[in-house]
Amino acid sequence: MKLIAAMSGGVDSAVAAARAVEAGHEVIGVHLALSANPQKYRSGARGCCTIEDSHDARRAADVIGIPFYIWDMAEEFHDGVVEDFLAEYAAGRTPNPCLRCNEKIKFAAVLDRARAMGFDGVVTGHYARTQMSDNGKTLHRAVDHSKDQSYVLSVLTTEQISGAIFPLGDTTKIDIRKEAEARGLAVAQKPDSHDICFVPSGDNAGWLRDRLGSDVGAIVDQNGTKIGEHKGAYTYTIGQRKGLGLTIPTPDGSPRFVLKIEPVTNTVVVGSREDLAITIMRGERPVWCGPAIDEGKHIGFVQIRAHGAALPCTYFVENGLLVAVLDSALLGLATGQAMVIYDGDRVVGSATICETQ
Amino acid sequence: MPSIYLDHAATTPIVESSLIAMTNQLAALGNPSSLHTHGRATRKTLEDARELIAKEAGCLPSEVIFTASGTEANNIALKGLYWAGRDNGKHLVVISSIEHHAILDPAHWLATHEQAEVIEIPVNSDGIINLDFLKELVAARGSEIAVISVMHANNETGVLQPINEVVAIAGEIPVHSDAVQSFKKTPLSFSQLGVIAMSISAHKIGGPLGIGALILKRAVEIPSLLHGGGQEREIRSGTLNAPGIVGFATAATSSHYNAVAVEGLRDRFISAVQSLIPDAVINGLASTRLPGIVNITFPGTQSDTLLLLMDAQRISCSTGSACSAGVHEASHVLLAMGHSEITAQSSLRFSFGATSTANDCDFVVSVLPDVIARGRAANLK
Repeated sequence: MKLIAAMSGGVDSAVAAARAVEAGHEVIGVHLALSANPQKYRSGARGCCTIEDSHDARRAADVIGIPFYIWDMAEEFHDGVVEDFLAEYAAGRTPNPCLRCNEKIKFAAVLDRARAMGFDGVVTGHYARTQMSDNGKTLHRAVDHSKDQSYVLSVLTTEQISGAIFPLGDTTKIDIRKEAEARGLAVAQKPDSHDICFVPSGDNAGWLRDRLGSDVGAIVDQNGTKIGEHKGAYTYTIGQRKGLGLTIPTPDGSPRFVLKIEPVTNTVVVGSREDLAITIMRGERPVWCGPAIDEGKHIGFVQIRAHGAALPCTYFVENGLLVAVLDSALLGLATGQAMVIYDGDRVVGSATICETQ
Repeated sequence: MPSIYLDHAATTPIVESSLIAMTNQLAALGNPSSLHTHGRATRKTLEDARELIAKEAGCLPSEVIFTASGTEANNIALKGLYWAGRDNGKHLVVISSIEHHAILDPAHWLATHEQAEVIEIPVNSDGIINLDFLKELVAARGSEIAVISVMHANNETGVLQPINEVVAIAGEIPVHSDAVQSFKKTPLSFSQLGVIAMSISAHKIGGPLGIGALILKRAVEIPSLLHGGGQEREIRSGTLNAPGIVGFATAATSSHYNAVAVEGLRDRFISAVQSLIPDAVINGLASTRLPGIVNITFPGTQSDTLLLLMDAQRISCSTGSACSAGVHEASHVLLAMGHSEITAQSSLRFSFGATSTANDCDFVVSVLPDVIARGRAANLK
């Protein structure tokens, strides 16, 4: 096949590209320039859009022996990922930008462009697997569960999965580093990126405050009684206990947790640990990573964080929303996150959480 | 699959005679600044080479200042002439809006760091500078101008600039011209041009990389960028690169470049493109251009996509414009000629050289319609 390898400058995508070449594919490396101003992101070299990262990617492509290009996707990234991130926080939700990037950039803008140019698909260094089935290509967890990235890929449609190649799904991260070393790739020991790539400082709250302002608002208890003040509602997360700055204690001295963020009134609602518990979540705009589920109820697992646990649940579709009823209660769940349904290791589909109870 | 090189304006194959001369000189011992026998031997060879280059450039041997690149020559000229002028109260730097980054960037650096005011001379849609603009500027503020720099031919479009007229308008104001693309491609004589300074480079004419020259009129004194041994007229220090200089001279005196043949190939290519891609726009078509360069806008495409698809066919060409962190910027040259950001980013430069053949031209023509069709399909903008 003729493939585009998306190369971030990290070790995973470099080994993925090398493996695709070794498998006999005709591969061209592409680094996505996602920041309109990469020089500004120099400090710390986090994420995947610094100028140094693009040099690392180019060097890896040269060592592998494939052509290398940089595609300017800064505009698409800003409109589809950064703006979405801000809008979601402004609406009191907690988005996952990596998921949005996979959905709108890597397996949409890049895949579409690659296909139009005569390529068959896009290779990435994601830890996930695909399998052929009677219903086409399906998406599965990686062998290395600690590195599994199927969660952030769960927004891909069957059509997108059909054009996605994940050569690393069958290997552990430790072995990938060893393999990179053996292949002479200088990025073998490059640290993993953890932060949001467009928040290079890692200070998410500060980054949001700079862009969304820091309107002081009320922290209230569940009766609506004001018990404190916050400095920008979106810098809080559901379930957060520390840093609330509350001076009025609860009658029994028990701690308080963030239960709800209400952007319209700029209010943060706090309450007891028990009030955090939820057993039902509903998600809008479901995406199926294979065939859509049948009517009726299904037994499976739901995952609500990139590296969170798979929680046993019953799931079904009701009024166009994906619903998961948990076997046992969960403490603290923010809307805006993705709920991803698994059938064993297979990703069934996902939706954006809009309601919990 | 044949491998085809149509990026001779970026760099062109080294001529065999130049390679041999350079390699031989690499084996020769002696610092040309040393007074002993070894040093004198190198100095003799080097000065022979200087005389040959001077003859080809239409200047005196003492007017040749060797540098490590055309970029360095441009920097010495622009900054040096500015500083010399500033000492006499002149703060204006006048350049054309289509200069290479090796003039554009030092000019703007002077504005940011050295109190210069930079004025760019606009160009018309054919890519030629507006002489009336310059006339008015010189009439109004001539006494403030430290230096005027206008390239001899543009590197992206090949369009030749009216340097003689610039010099006439400038009068006493020092004029520099970046002639890196023109040297040995079109008639060029420093003395006939009348400029005070001119930049040339070896690797554009079949010489080695890493050697260029600033031609600077005798008796002109400008401050240095590199201080040290003072080897080149106290203006440029650093042990002279004798192998590079010998290679440069050999390429400059070689007759490998046949301008008529190169121009014929380029025009054969243009005719084929015009008939296959009727909406393609040949930039600067109405102007007198260098023989080897053609810049074409393919509406509805993105140049980086086209480059990838061309490369997949083993065809090396270019956008001709600068990269910022690997991302192609819209060409400031095409923007200055009236293109929009979008059409400027839909353009490719093909540059033919001494080793180009009709087969090269015809192969590119044979794959072009498919490349353009795919490029249009992949266009997201």
